[in-house]
Amino acid sequence: MCMSYFPILVFIAVGILVGSMPMLAGHLLGKKHPNVAKNAAYECGFQAFEDARLPFDVRYYLVAILFILFDLETAFLFPWAVALKTIGLPGLVAMSVFIGLLVIGFIYEWCKGALEWE
Amino acid sequence: MIDLLLAAIWVFIKVFIIVIPLMVAVAYLTYAERRVIGFMQNRRGPNRVGWHGLLQPFADALKLLFKEIITPTPSNKYLFIVAPVLSIAPALAAWAVIPFQPGLVLANIDAGLLYVFAMSSLGVYGMLIAGWASNSKYPMISAMRGAAQTISYEIAMGFSFVGVLLAAGSLNLSQIVTAQQGGIWHWYWLPLLPLFVTYWISGVAETNRAPFDVAEGESEIVAGFHVEYSGMSFAIFFLAEYANMIMIATIASLLFLGGWLSPFEGIPVLGPLTSFMPGIGWLLLKIALMLFGYLWLRATFPRYRYDQIMRLGWKILIPVTLIWVLVVALAVQFHLAPWFN
Repeated sequence: MCMSYFPILVFIAVGILVGSMPMLAGHLLGKKHPNVAKNAAYECGFQAFEDARLPFDVRYYLVAILFILFDLETAFLFPWAVALKTIGLPGLVAMSVFIGLLVIGFIYEWCKGALEWE
Repeated sequence: MIDLLLAAIWVFIKVFIIVIPLMVAVAYLTYAERRVIGFMQNRRGPNRVGWHGLLQPFADALKLLFKEIITPTPSNKYLFIVAPVLSIAPALAAWAVIPFQPGLVLANIDAGLLYVFAMSSLGVYGMLIAGWASNSKYPMISAMRGAAQTISYEIAMGFSFVGVLLAAGSLNLSQIVTAQQGGIWHWYWLPLLPLFVTYWISGVAETNRAPFDVAEGESEIVAGFHVEYSGMSFAIFFLAEYANMIMIATIASLLFLGGWLSPFEGIPVLGPLTSFMPGIGWLLLKIALMLFGYLWLRATFPRYRYDQIMRLGWKILIPVTLIWVLVVALAVQFHLAPWFN
């Protein structure tokens, strides 16, 4: 059982290697002539005005929160979808109620303008 | 003990048998993209290096290998170096569970689709961390945009997976393909057509490809999250993007286009005529077809505006998939012929 997951572990390790080996080779083979202007943050040739880590639009935060809600819903839907043939009609009704509640929330946030980006 | 070691070495060999052709495919996808878009725009594309320009990807890789890797002074050094690796590792790792033919799969796990979904979700971290670690304005803007876009489309993508799971009744990718047996009209693209379209659009948006490439948007934010990257560290981002495209195309072929199944199954003359084709051949053909779709989209459509992208994701794709998931659930429950009996 666990053994069937072992190749995945190896694959992830190989993926990390494929990512890091060329970087290492690039560091070893590439030139190294740093200077102040070259190593400065890129801002179309200007001196950087200020730090880039400024406050950002609250809508990004809102999207992240909504994403967590809906992704959790997906996490519930996955096992339900696989098991539907066994649990039958009661399972279908129960999940319809659950999705119905989420849809009400979705309609609410839609009407509140949480999905507007203009 | 020695048996275990041999088994581990064997697994390593098999992993490389998958990874090496995959990396070659990634290299030639970049070439194919430039060639195909070139011809679509009535020009030639790269045709100087090697026969018909076929050595172009290797020339590019060599050039990038010998370029300086710049680490900007204001950046967060550690995260700046880790970010490219974080973006390519999940893109490759997802291949561990892809079945190429009946029985020809590295890890035939029962949670296959869940694992693929998890890996494709992890890809967003590379972009987000690269943008933040650069500590520069364009990468920061791009990372915010790209992350918000990716997670928005991931919901629609997850719901379209749910539809497939309902129809197939399994998370195992091989079993999902086997469940589509019975000819081209039984593949899930037809009964799950809205989900197929949604999946494809979300896939294009997830990989930040045109027309949803606001994260790179070279006309507005130069090159987006990898503005500060150069040389090989930039190349890794580039490879990751193309590896992700191939991944999305492969999943589309497996879930909706019948994977290794022949499209001429059960058709009188064409069926026996094409029976010499191994399953993996059909799968690769389908992947190539979907990848061509990617390039075609890029050559055809102008870039979407950001608010349009978010509107499409939240207000169109999510309601469509929610409704179709319920429709599929009802169809499965009441054994709607000819697909779900």
